[in-house]
Amino acid sequence: MRMKRPRYGTHLFLLAMSVVWLAPLLWTLYTSLRPKEVTDKYGYWSLHGPLNLGNFSTAWTQGRLPTYFLNSIYITVPAVLLTLALAAMMAFAVSRFTWKFNVTLLILFTAGNMLPPQVLAAPLFEMFKHTPLPYSLSTSGSLLDTYYAVIAVEVAFQLGFCTFVLSNYMKTLPGELTEAALVDGAGVWRQFRQIILPLTRPALAALGTLQVIWLYNDFFWPLLFLQTGDRLPITTGINALQGQFTQNNNLIAAGATITVVPALIVYLALQRHFVAGLTLGASKG
Amino acid sequence: MTQTTVVAAPAAETVLPARSGRVRRLTRSDRVVLALMVGVPTLVQAVLVWIPTLLSIGLSFTRWNGLALSDLTSAGLDNYRFAVEDYPPFWPAIVHNLIWLAFLALIATPIGVLLAVVLDQNIRGSRIYQSVFFTPVMLSLVLVGIIWQLVYARNDGLLNNLLGTAGTPAAVDWFGDPDVNLWAALVATAWRHAGYIMVLYLAGLKGLDPSLREAASIDGANGRQTLFRVVFPAMRQINVLVVVITFIEALRAFDIAYVINRGTNGLELLSILVIQNLVGEGQVIGVGSALAVLLLIVSLVPIVIYLVRTFRRTD
Repeated sequence: MRMKRPRYGTHLFLLAMSVVWLAPLLWTLYTSLRPKEVTDKYGYWSLHGPLNLGNFSTAWTQGRLPTYFLNSIYITVPAVLLTLALAAMMAFAVSRFTWKFNVTLLILFTAGNMLPPQVLAAPLFEMFKHTPLPYSLSTSGSLLDTYYAVIAVEVAFQLGFCTFVLSNYMKTLPGELTEAALVDGAGVWRQFRQIILPLTRPALAALGTLQVIWLYNDFFWPLLFLQTGDRLPITTGINALQGQFTQNNNLIAAGATITVVPALIVYLALQRHFVAGLTLGASKG
Repeated sequence: MTQTTVVAAPAAETVLPARSGRVRRLTRSDRVVLALMVGVPTLVQAVLVWIPTLLSIGLSFTRWNGLALSDLTSAGLDNYRFAVEDYPPFWPAIVHNLIWLAFLALIATPIGVLLAVVLDQNIRGSRIYQSVFFTPVMLSLVLVGIIWQLVYARNDGLLNNLLGTAGTPAAVDWFGDPDVNLWAALVATAWRHAGYIMVLYLAGLKGLDPSLREAASIDGANGRQTLFRVVFPAMRQINVLVVVITFIEALRAFDIAYVINRGTNGLELLSILVIQNLVGEGQVIGVGSALAVLLLIVSLVPIVIYLVRTFRRTD
């Protein structure tokens, strides 16, 4: 039994930390809600109203935000689905069967995910630049400046982590499950699709949520591979917005707030899964 | 499930022992299916991760303009020599990366662990506090940079207004002044990093066997003794993990410095120099690759520590 005494010191500490943690967010939100004329007149450090959503509509229409959001969807959705599909298959093969190189491959997969992305940047950039594509598929005539390049690298880079997490999860499922199916004459694919995959659903949900937020937030790969401005996903695009709206903190704040919203929705709706994913795969660098 | 998986993630020895020879019992079509299930992901991983890593090493010993492959010539160790001896931002970047690591390891990570330990005590409102500290973790580092830009702005920012220096000559340009911008960026990074560590550590603490604490309190240990002598040692797995994550985050630091000023003027980092040499005006792929290889070598330290600890028992 632990002692029950009021913990004023603890609460004071937590409250102080919470204020420090929330201040930047509240400052951004407050700035985003104030018309530029008001902050020009009274300064940002003032309590003069009114508050309205004018900056949001301006940032939305002038800042190409709808385009950026669509681009984020084009990249994130296929990349997450592909990553989970490939990782689940790989994890099944290394966790449910014993063969010569299964552990070696799992180690290499896990290691690959932990590298700083910049280590691979130059060769990938050159590989894509020198891979010709018909102009009907790519305006650059190569894999550069295409979503395929970004999606492929995102998948490859997240694959190791997801495989590691899913294989740990699948190892905890009892062997009798598939033994019985084997006796019944079920092939490997049916064991995977009808027995293991449904049981892995909690891990897939957790990883899926985590990956959606992770890829939505990714900055580096789109920055490296995409050159055309209106192909950028939101996280890379918002950086361009900052240059476009210099001298207008209100619009920058509004753009930043809008960008948080989808991540916030995913997080609030799937909070349990997100935190589970984060801790499931605590190896995430 | 979440807690146990973290703590028990290295429980790879649960691979069922009676399995050897199993593959031989498979039919031909089963073996084709399995080969594809392994082959496709492995191919993706090989072509887009392992081979580029090896190519980085190869390119670091060459001189190349990135055009035709026939333009590629051997350079020996010239790129490394240039980076270390004649490339002005190299040593600042190394120092900044080390400061980054020290700051995360000595300040940001301990704050996260402290928050986890405090919030683990069934405090009223614990969940609300957790949500508060966790919120920055879902933000991209780009957004973290933009949000803190608003806080740090010289005359319009929150911080200088709180300090009362806004609008005076004493106002510090937190992201612009090369003497302080590294520290300003680190505070912004810690804002996100500490929440991440808190969640990981809290999951570990919640997964800890409660009988450990009970035994300690029966033996008359006080709160502090229980924490340092019982809880922390029992959390060894997750301690290693937190150290590894901290190390890797410090090496991966890129986004926030790039957003602030493209990693110049006080914010040089190794990862950014790699990119500046790859896509900048100079386009010195060889030098960029040499820097990438140095980054790779340093990164292998935490990676190998992690892999050894995680997979040792299966080998």
